[in-house]
Amino acid sequence: MATVDKSKVPWWVSNLIVPLINLILALFVSGLFIFIAGENPFEAVRLIIYGSFGYIEGFAYTLYYTTNFIFTGLAFAVAFHCRLFNIGGEGQAYIGGLGVFLVAINFSFLPVPIVWLLAVMGAVVFGAAWAFIPAYLQATRGSHVVITTIMFNFIAASLMVFLLVDIIRDTTQMGPHTIALPEEQWFPSFEDFAALFGIKIRYSPLNISFLLAIAASVFVWFLVWKTRWGYEMRAVGHNTQAAIYAGISPYKNIIIAMCISGGLAGLLGVNEILGVHHKIVAGFPAGYGFTGIAVALMGRNHPIGIFPAAFLFGILYQGGSEVTFDMPNITRYMFVAVQGVIILFSGALENLFRPQIENFFVNRLNFKAKA
Amino acid sequence: MEFLSDIASLINSTLRISTPLVFAAMAGIFAERSGVIDFSLEGKMLMAAFVAAVGSYFLGNPWLGLLLAIIACVSLSMLHGFASVTYKGDQVVSCVAINILIIGLTTALAAAWFGQAGLTPTLNEDQRFLEVNLPFAESLRDVPILGTIYSDILSGHYIFVYLAYLTVPLVFWVVFKTSFGLRLRAVGENPSAVDTAGINVFAMRYKALAINGVLIAFAGAHLSTAVNANFFREMSAGRGYLALAAMIFGKWHPKTALVACLLFGFTDALQIRLQGVELPAIGEIPVQLIQALPYVLTVVLLAGFVGKAIAPNAIGQPYIKER
Repeated sequence: MATVDKSKVPWWVSNLIVPLINLILALFVSGLFIFIAGENPFEAVRLIIYGSFGYIEGFAYTLYYTTNFIFTGLAFAVAFHCRLFNIGGEGQAYIGGLGVFLVAINFSFLPVPIVWLLAVMGAVVFGAAWAFIPAYLQATRGSHVVITTIMFNFIAASLMVFLLVDIIRDTTQMGPHTIALPEEQWFPSFEDFAALFGIKIRYSPLNISFLLAIAASVFVWFLVWKTRWGYEMRAVGHNTQAAIYAGISPYKNIIIAMCISGGLAGLLGVNEILGVHHKIVAGFPAGYGFTGIAVALMGRNHPIGIFPAAFLFGILYQGGSEVTFDMPNITRYMFVAVQGVIILFSGALENLFRPQIENFFVNRLNFKAKA
Repeated sequence: MEFLSDIASLINSTLRISTPLVFAAMAGIFAERSGVIDFSLEGKMLMAAFVAAVGSYFLGNPWLGLLLAIIACVSLSMLHGFASVTYKGDQVVSCVAINILIIGLTTALAAAWFGQAGLTPTLNEDQRFLEVNLPFAESLRDVPILGTIYSDILSGHYIFVYLAYLTVPLVFWVVFKTSFGLRLRAVGENPSAVDTAGINVFAMRYKALAINGVLIAFAGAHLSTAVNANFFREMSAGRGYLALAAMIFGKWHPKTALVACLLFGFTDALQIRLQGVELPAIGEIPVQLIQALPYVLTVVLLAGFVGKAIAPNAIGQPYIKER
């Protein structure tokens, strides 16, 4: 394999060109899958673009999915900077939603903005608590978080179904969900905003959680790159031995990184409970936690990269539902497979063409400099 | 006597339920002993279940289905090797990618080809594996105790159950008693020393991954063409991870991993028996909480009440020749 002097590679080659080429490869393979399933990939692309941009409600849906993916993408990225694979975003989001609901329903006597603030904190605390045990076991016993967090996803699902069936179910209804929160606690939605300007649009799940997602991105950027703790955490992730030598405790940083990661995943519960369902519905995390892995890897674990990656997955999800509507052979699972391919190409196989591409640009720049 | 037959049926289901875990744990031992992390057991098991069911449905022979499943799993193992051995990508990321890819692809293709929300068509008797009755099982049933053990516990399992427990001593022999096994373990512990001795580290890891693919295919085929007569969405239900936990708990050793697999199998068999049963003093435990039992056990075992697990030294690190 050709080696390249990293310092000579312009930032836009390693951070824009290479990821873009990996993404194109991934989309090409995904197109093959759609072809195998017996549909036309080009028609699927057209439907995806129409579904996610073609009309205002479609675009609102795209941004709603983007919101969820920003939360779970940031969650994975924070832990990943400490070299921890938190693939338990799904369970942490589920439990985070429980925190949102319990806070909102029990503090309904307080003014609404305070309830919202407390509910967001509830999401973070519950999500963080669910990540704490795997974190503690990783730090003290070396139990690999990939297995423990996956197990905690299964346990969270069992626990929540138990709670929804036996403890907090709305007994007047058939389905396993809770009663609805009082209407004044519901997050203002996109169509509420549009109505302020006299624009009438149909329902979409987009709500002010989108702004919370942006705020969370800024928070993560500041925390990981601008604070002493962020530096310590990255040091542990980069070279644990060196970090220990520098007096940084890997134990403490592993636990903090996982808890912040779990808290961020818990914020998905804010979007889903306060913004969309207004109650806990069985299985509401619906795979967003896993998609966060692909989002973070594609966005190179940086908030600035995670935002476009989350948006891209928003397009895939919303456009994908348009595809499943029009193409009987395609189900939403096809887009789960697409995620897998994207993780493969932008994560595991990211070195596939990197040396060649970097070489190409370095040589070109050298050539220009000489000329 | 009812107590005895209860115990017999519990042991019987423990053996059956542990089978895919045993195959997966043995597959994991090969990959991880060679220094390659394999969290993708889950995805490969699911892939094998899908391919075996579909292959057997179209070709009319479960053995051909199994063969296709082996080919599919070895291919996935090679993909994992390509990404993490040849291209030195992150091994865990590669595994997560394979798992998510397979969850999506199997369900999507099942839906596209058979239009039944991720179900494949039910296999008839010619297209699936049937229970094997050992000779004289019926006539020996009435012999006290020994008859119960032979006829109710040992007889009447699917072929995979017998194969799984035969695989364990075989894996032990290969890993610990052959020169191949010695090289395998050396590659996982100290690859540069092995390289110095003139053995190709990359080739050894690819070989280990190929064996891993063959073994895990049996686990998947057991699920979809023996215990069940079709594939359904996410039917591996975390078994790949359970097996991995069993392997770690068993310290990457076939015999102890087998014990851990049986423990998982027993917990699962017990949770099925406990559903809806009134326990003295506790009452009936809600079914959702009982179902979480194997997963809780996994975490408890991984937390290691038997001391910290020591992984092969070079695990998870891509081998770079020049270093």
